[in-house]
Amino acid sequence: MTAITDMPDLPRAARRPQIGNPVLRWLRTNLFSSIPNGILTIVLLAVLAKGVIGFVQWGIANAVWLTPANDSSACKAVRGLGACWAIIPEKYRFILFGTYPFDEQWRPALAVLLFIALYFLSTRRALWRRELAFLWIGALALISVLMWGGVFGLSFVSQDRWGGLPVTLILATFGLAFGFPLGILVALGRRSKLPAIRSLSVLYVELIRGVPLVSLLFMASVMFPLFMPSGFNIDKLLRAQIAIILFAGAYLAEVIRGGLQAVPRGQYEAADALGLSYWRKHRLVVLPQAIRHVIPPLVNTFIAFFKDTSLVLIIGIFDLLTTAKTAIIDPAWQQFSVEVYIFVAAIYFVFCFAMSRYSRSLEARGR
Amino acid sequence: MTSDDPRPPPRRSFFGALGPNELKGLFWQVLVVGIVVAVVVFLWSNTVTNLSARRITTGFAFLGREASMPIADSLLAYSPRDSYLWAFVVGVANTLRVAVIGIVLATILGTLIGISRLSANWLLSRLAAVYVETLRDIPLLLQLLFWYVLMQGLPAARAAWRPVEGVFLSNRGLILPAIPIGAAQLWVLGTAVLGFVAFLVVRRWLVTQQMRDGKPRPAWPFALGLIVVLPLAVSLLLGVSWTIEWPQLRGFNFVGGLTLAPEYFALLVALVTYTSAFIAEIVRSGIQSVPRGQWDAASALGLRRSFMLRQIILPQALRVIVPPMTSQYLNLTKNSSLAVAIGYQDVVSVANTTLNQTGQAIEVISLIMAVFLTISLGISFFMNWYNARIALAER
Repeated sequence: MTAITDMPDLPRAARRPQIGNPVLRWLRTNLFSSIPNGILTIVLLAVLAKGVIGFVQWGIANAVWLTPANDSSACKAVRGLGACWAIIPEKYRFILFGTYPFDEQWRPALAVLLFIALYFLSTRRALWRRELAFLWIGALALISVLMWGGVFGLSFVSQDRWGGLPVTLILATFGLAFGFPLGILVALGRRSKLPAIRSLSVLYVELIRGVPLVSLLFMASVMFPLFMPSGFNIDKLLRAQIAIILFAGAYLAEVIRGGLQAVPRGQYEAADALGLSYWRKHRLVVLPQAIRHVIPPLVNTFIAFFKDTSLVLIIGIFDLLTTAKTAIIDPAWQQFSVEVYIFVAAIYFVFCFAMSRYSRSLEARGR
Repeated sequence: MTSDDPRPPPRRSFFGALGPNELKGLFWQVLVVGIVVAVVVFLWSNTVTNLSARRITTGFAFLGREASMPIADSLLAYSPRDSYLWAFVVGVANTLRVAVIGIVLATILGTLIGISRLSANWLLSRLAAVYVETLRDIPLLLQLLFWYVLMQGLPAARAAWRPVEGVFLSNRGLILPAIPIGAAQLWVLGTAVLGFVAFLVVRRWLVTQQMRDGKPRPAWPFALGLIVVLPLAVSLLLGVSWTIEWPQLRGFNFVGGLTLAPEYFALLVALVTYTSAFIAEIVRSGIQSVPRGQWDAASALGLRRSFMLRQIILPQALRVIVPPMTSQYLNLTKNSSLAVAIGYQDVVSVANTTLNQTGQAIEVISLIMAVFLTISLGISFFMNWYNARIALAER
């Protein structure tokens, strides 16, 4: 509790005379403003140095970067002393694309690039127009063609051979693409004056949010076949996708409800005065304002959701994390799972960090 | 609305009397409820057909049957001969063991990191920021697997790593010195809890007295007497021993002390570090929400720093902190279900095994839902009570 007693924005720190060498002055105000602070800095520097030196020794100096194919003896020699990054070039195609036919892996790679291009375009505010929706539909169709094949001379690849990063991106993107409109409907339902619709919406949101996603996924993988007429069986990936959409819908509904509450009453009344119908009122007047209010929490929900798709590992769907976990079952490389997890963590981090930066920039612009 | 109006209201037909908006509302409700009912009936009839085709009897009778599943690490006594019901209770206890301790540790760690992010020390605040950003942007399941792999990579019991005397870290988990708690010790601890309750009553009475005549009455002598001296006296009277049991390496394993199994320890570490990153942000925003004028005013009054923080800043920050904190606690509890990925048997893991063994999908899933809804409601209830207590009393 002592650290807080000298917050940077307290007036005293700001009024210190601005003299001397700027570097020294910066050090003085930011690292050595008082004796306890100086001691803290030195301790932290020592710990940091130890950590960084340790990591550099393990991760760079003693690391093995490349080995002959399928030979982990060089890695085993430095085990405990250095990292075995050689496992990444050895396994990266499996981690990224799973058991997708080796020669056809340019197709999921292209699909991933398409996804990234779509995300990038969608962040540009100038492009937030109707055309963007058509672009999405077109690109998603193209991605399905690439993944499935069977037309235009591409060989057919069934869904159970998909894996890795494209599966993660598909689960997240379709989860959001369908969860978002569902969330809007449920949020409107929760604020509706009609008691039956309101209570159904509340029931849906509270039931889904009250249980862990893991149990929803179990339900999708185990109970779904029970629910369906016999002989009717849908793919495991699609079942997980449905669970994820339902899950996303409930969480997004709560965020959007917050936005709806922030729209001033006058806006509703003005729309009513213009004689707009319920749906036109919400589509033209209320929802655009409501969603603009909650863009930062929406992006945060997207991030949480992107990470949560990794839970499909538990029901055995080959997303990025599952392929990583499977890649290290290979006895020759079993001991080097830390390196693989760091590699996959970096991929997740890049996506989530980009989203969080974007959310930050939106917030800054909104202010 | 008195009827001064001389004209009688125009007569309308039965449906006309509802007005166009009510009619539309009725139509939509009937439509939506009709669709939902139709879907539920469809799913229900399929399920009934499927269940009878697979010869699965519905109902909770299976709970009395022998579970014959091993539960390696449990708080309550359990053997595979016990019933499914007891296995389930053991699973719930395991979930609570992770959730409760996780919530306490994550709150402490998160608060420290949130405060560090506001520190005037540039290095400390940067490090805290890196901690928060990194942990928040990597899936919890990945972090959990990472910690579990690290735990497994630790040396064997013989070569256990010992950071402090009596503490061992090996691939058998974390072994700590412990005080064995028996019936006698429980009596003393019970006295301490009763003493604490009594102290709360006394303090409340002291405050009402002070409200009446304005004389400050110190509460600490009562605290000392009721919470420390009283249990100590009971302990001495009953002759309860409080010897610390030091773990020792015998052969290939440890004897004595408290063992945190690798699965439990990895789950706890992953949940605590991940949630602490979110709590840190909540604490930071809470403290930043207190206007600077409050700091200035408190300094101008010449208050001591600790008093100022405790009596002026924190009470105001807590109003911003408590509601989002509740959802973090709920998240941590729900996330403990990821235990299934590393084989720690929490309630979801036990339920999943039960489901695979018996095929009683509907009953098992409804039990999971009931357990989590109960826990969630419990946490929300407590936090709402706490929130109401600290809320700004506006007139």
